[in-house]
Amino acid sequence: MTTELSTTRLDLGTGGDPADVLLKARGVKKYFPVRKGVLKRTVGQLQAVDGVDLDVFRGETVGLVGESGCGKSTLGRTLLRLLEPTAGEIEFDGVDVLRLGGSDLKGMRRHMQIVFQDSVGSLDPRMNVNDLVGEGLRIHGLERKRRNEAVVDVLERVGLSAEAGRRYPHQFSGGQRQRIGLARALVLRPKFIVADEPVSALDVSIQSQVLNLLVELKQEFNLTYLFVAHDLAVVGYISDRVAVMYLGKIVELATSEELFRRPLHPYTMALLSANPEPVPGRKRQRVVLHGDVPSPINPPSGCRFRTRCPIAQPICAEVEPLLEDHGSSHGAACHFAGTPIHAATSPAGG
Amino acid sequence: MSSLLAVENLSTGFDTREGFLRAVDGVDFEIAQGGTLAVVGESGSGKSVTALSVMRLIDRPGRIAGGSHILFEGRDLATLEESELEKIRGNDISMIFQEPMTSLNPVFTVGDQIAETVQLHQNVGAKDALERAVEMMQLVGIPSPAQRVQDYPHQLSGGMRQRVMIAMALSCNPKLLIADEPTTALDVTVQAQILELMKELRERLGMAILLITHDLGVVAEMVDEVAVMYGGRIVERGPVAEIFATPQHPYTEALLDSIPLLGMRYSQPLRAIRGVVPSPLEWPEACRFAPRCDYAFAKCLEVDPPLLPVPPQESACWLCENGRRVPRSAEAIA
Repeated sequence: MTTELSTTRLDLGTGGDPADVLLKARGVKKYFPVRKGVLKRTVGQLQAVDGVDLDVFRGETVGLVGESGCGKSTLGRTLLRLLEPTAGEIEFDGVDVLRLGGSDLKGMRRHMQIVFQDSVGSLDPRMNVNDLVGEGLRIHGLERKRRNEAVVDVLERVGLSAEAGRRYPHQFSGGQRQRIGLARALVLRPKFIVADEPVSALDVSIQSQVLNLLVELKQEFNLTYLFVAHDLAVVGYISDRVAVMYLGKIVELATSEELFRRPLHPYTMALLSANPEPVPGRKRQRVVLHGDVPSPINPPSGCRFRTRCPIAQPICAEVEPLLEDHGSSHGAACHFAGTPIHAATSPAGG
Repeated sequence: MSSLLAVENLSTGFDTREGFLRAVDGVDFEIAQGGTLAVVGESGSGKSVTALSVMRLIDRPGRIAGGSHILFEGRDLATLEESELEKIRGNDISMIFQEPMTSLNPVFTVGDQIAETVQLHQNVGAKDALERAVEMMQLVGIPSPAQRVQDYPHQLSGGMRQRVMIAMALSCNPKLLIADEPTTALDVTVQAQILELMKELRERLGMAILLITHDLGVVAEMVDEVAVMYGGRIVERGPVAEIFATPQHPYTEALLDSIPLLGMRYSQPLRAIRGVVPSPLEWPEACRFAPRCDYAFAKCLEVDPPLLPVPPQESACWLCENGRRVPRSAEAIA
């Protein structure tokens, strides 16, 4: 592997034991080639994930939050090796995942599962629920009778009746389909689940059902979650620790309480202030960020956030800030971490 | 008649083989000159059909049922001639949608598209119209508008496209802007920009806003008045502060309790509303929320509650028959 092991370690979660690292990622990168022209020559690299170090402790939920294109979903998939990383090291339960192949990888996959946002696209419309949920068990060679027992059992645990097993995905509502997706993951009794925007497509009243279910299942099955979402309030609610991503990098990592009480990175501060809260008349200093997220094909030099940052200085264009510990296992990648930022002027000019 | 828009007994539905299927079923609301109203609800509540009905943009097999009134400055849009309606649409009332990419024509520059709206509704030449387009793009905060008028929609980001839509909608100084989920497709920092822009423009131009959204956070930030829809009806309406602080309808209350606020943790379970939003095919006979309601009693399953006055709100719940319900917090203490 090309990357050196990082020396920074941010331990102490609240839900997991920092001495017991289930998933360890070092210098993980995932680039996608950008091709152009008739010959499809590679003209650039889209740096979706660009050097991420992350420890996930057994029994905790780590939230991954950021705006579209920040690389959070790609990171989730790369950690499961559903996407082959361009560089870096990934260790799961003490085993180097990237060295596994064939049946060893298949065996490992049993312990790492994923739940997707799009419950329509991720469930084969021609398979009934019994087959959908039992598919993983079939692949892992469980005979039909024991498979069916396991399916009925897991359906009940996610709040679906055994009768649901004979029906097809289109006969269910969005919330119920998300339960089917969860059952599919859980039936293999995994240790680790990546939940990729599992509630983003759901109505609020259904979203809370699924969030409560995720919390219950985590306790019941001793699970560890990586919860990927764009909604800061939802991520903060379900996670023990939260990693904030911007343009392929983790810019801040802290326990959920710490992050809300003492955000250190200006991007996190902006995200928090942009979050529309259902509290009318709340007076707050709103940090309106100018412009849009730059392209990950040609990211800014130095700090990637500097083009939108209200407190950027010349050094930010030259030296890339690293994720450093600022006490209480609170990491932030900013030269001026903790500097308060004031409400910027509205972008509508006269 | 002080209100700019008064919708009375609006019912919109779709002709199907099984008969006329209502998506909106007897909705009343008013917006004052320069006022702001949010119609909030989950998918299938009828909020978007309500918005489209006001503009009479309902296509067959959909139609607005007889007996519906949409009074805009005293004229009933529900029965107005199409040619008369076209003078109001885009001129006095304009609309922005959730997905700016599909609402913009990909083969024309954004400048041409804004100018087209101006030319169509105001008696100006092509050159003046394009000047007006630049002016509008400046107003909505698009940098270097004189160059940007030449851009095609795909050359702009999602946030910039929504700004173009707003520029187009405001180009004829409308008295009412209907915004149907204007920020739902945008990232949260871009959403903040667009919401700030809409608030600022409203103050500057004094137009009324009818906001359609599912996001209670956006509602809290943007409007003065709220109407909560469920099952094709308004179940509660009133001033935003009271709706959020002391919701009178159990659905409003449950909806507010089901959203995690910033800083809430999983040790505190969220309120879940059991079951799913019913489709118009399976609306219950009496109160439409009753099968999912924690407080439902015999009467709720027998008689449909009308909007009952619980000043400053109105709530369609039998619990409000004898005045205001005890607020949640007081209930929790007791």
